[in-house]
Amino acid sequence: MTKTLEGHADQRFDGELHALHLNVLEMGSLALDQSRVALQALMGLNKDLAQKVLDREPTVDSMEDRIDNSIVDLMTKRGPVSRDLRITIAFSKIVVDLERIGDEAAKIAHIVESLSDENQPKPAKNQMRDISNMGKLALGMLDTAMKSLSELDAQLAETLLNTDQDLDMEFQSSLRHLTTFVLEDARNLGHTINITLMLKSLERLGAHAGNIAEYVIYLVYGVNVRDERRSGDK
Amino acid sequence: MNVEQETGQKEMELNPAQTKEAMDLQSKTPKVDRENRETVGDVRVDDPRMRCTDINVHYGDKHAIKGLNLDVGKKEILSMIGPSGCGKSTFLRCLNRMNDTIDSCRVTGTIEMDGVDINGKSIDVVPLRASVGMVFQKPNPFPKSIRENILFGPRIHGLATDKDDLEEIVVNSLKKAGLWDEVKDRLDQPGTGLSGGQQQRLCIARTIAVEPEIILMDEPCSALDPISTAAIEELMLELSESYSICIVTHSMQQAARVSNRTAYFHLGDLIEVGTTDQVFNAPLHQLTEDYITGRFG
Repeated sequence: MTKTLEGHADQRFDGELHALHLNVLEMGSLALDQSRVALQALMGLNKDLAQKVLDREPTVDSMEDRIDNSIVDLMTKRGPVSRDLRITIAFSKIVVDLERIGDEAAKIAHIVESLSDENQPKPAKNQMRDISNMGKLALGMLDTAMKSLSELDAQLAETLLNTDQDLDMEFQSSLRHLTTFVLEDARNLGHTINITLMLKSLERLGAHAGNIAEYVIYLVYGVNVRDERRSGDK
Repeated sequence: MNVEQETGQKEMELNPAQTKEAMDLQSKTPKVDRENRETVGDVRVDDPRMRCTDINVHYGDKHAIKGLNLDVGKKEILSMIGPSGCGKSTFLRCLNRMNDTIDSCRVTGTIEMDGVDINGKSIDVVPLRASVGMVFQKPNPFPKSIRENILFGPRIHGLATDKDDLEEIVVNSLKKAGLWDEVKDRLDQPGTGLSGGQQQRLCIARTIAVEPEIILMDEPCSALDPISTAAIEELMLELSESYSICIVTHSMQQAARVSNRTAYFHLGDLIEVGTTDQVFNAPLHQLTEDYITGRFG
């Protein structure tokens, strides 16, 4: 376990920070798996996998509540400052992103459920192509974010932030591609809307991964890189 | 406050790229090593009330403070923190020559108040200690009435002789110390009959009564309950509009709540000085971070 959390004169404080870190990682692991399963469900239009995601969604929410409580408890008892305060604040922000990652996975699962209805026409393979590309990128970003969180590795987090424009560009490209389907045949509109919503969810997964990377950098270095990224987005 | 205004102005002048570079430099550079005992941070302010230069204090063979340089700004609250025995109280006592009363204590270096060396041969310590008042850890009201506690100093220093003037000093001092409403109907009752928090505010009123420039506080709230502590802290913030305040405290939260600047001491060395925000959020020295996060001490 990382030394960042250790070394307090009162070793129980070390233990409490480690426990908090492990709980956040456990929640992150579930959120990542939810995203992975949701994408699998989507690519195979598999109703069972989509249901699995929806069944586990309340667990993600309850983990957030549990971690929130332990953070309040830790702040009350320990009054953390400096690095310890950054750790506590960063974890409290990260669990919000993890909960929203769970939400996005559930959104995808809901759409998969409706698309996998046997009585409904299926989207064309061409339309699904963009989802596969974006899904790989988004999952890759989440995976890197979780590794940087696990090791509290700010350099890895920076690497992630340097590549997050790839997903944005893929998203814009996919939207242009989907527009052509509607222009060709207005009957494609229903599927195009559903696919657009799922693409947006995948784009959000990447954005949440970026947020987690920002918090890891803040936690380790004490630098808030959000303003810089926002101004870069403009 | 001058230091904050200046800091804020400098930050505004930087363009975003420079700010990022400065932040990267500050945060990604490893913290100053534990073994390095040179002071980190800006020890000087533009318009100091007190300027301490190369202060060394010995108690016999023990070197209690080692080559310390530090300014106390006008109308600022400066917190001094550090583990027991680090020299913060010793330094505080240098500022009004309280160490003169200890035979084995030897102080070298210069301490200037408004440009005048307080250790100069022509300096009388009695008016000096009126200008640089002190509030101690344990409330120590004289075994006299509340009124006489306030008037003791002004009488000794000859600040007033007229009865109305003396009464005005009593009222003003107690009002400034936030104690007037609680004691105005019992000014002739013993000061020792007040609660701990009230006694400490009485001691502060007693200090204010002689019109000081600087108020030194040595752990003023360590014997008080949280409500009394809050009252004293609020009082400190109000007093800092008129006086400079130096406070020694073991409470990290108190230092963070009340002070403009914070100085961290370790084994006789002044390790780090900076704005309180900087010291508690992103200390530059590893020893400072280790101490404030409870990793030793």
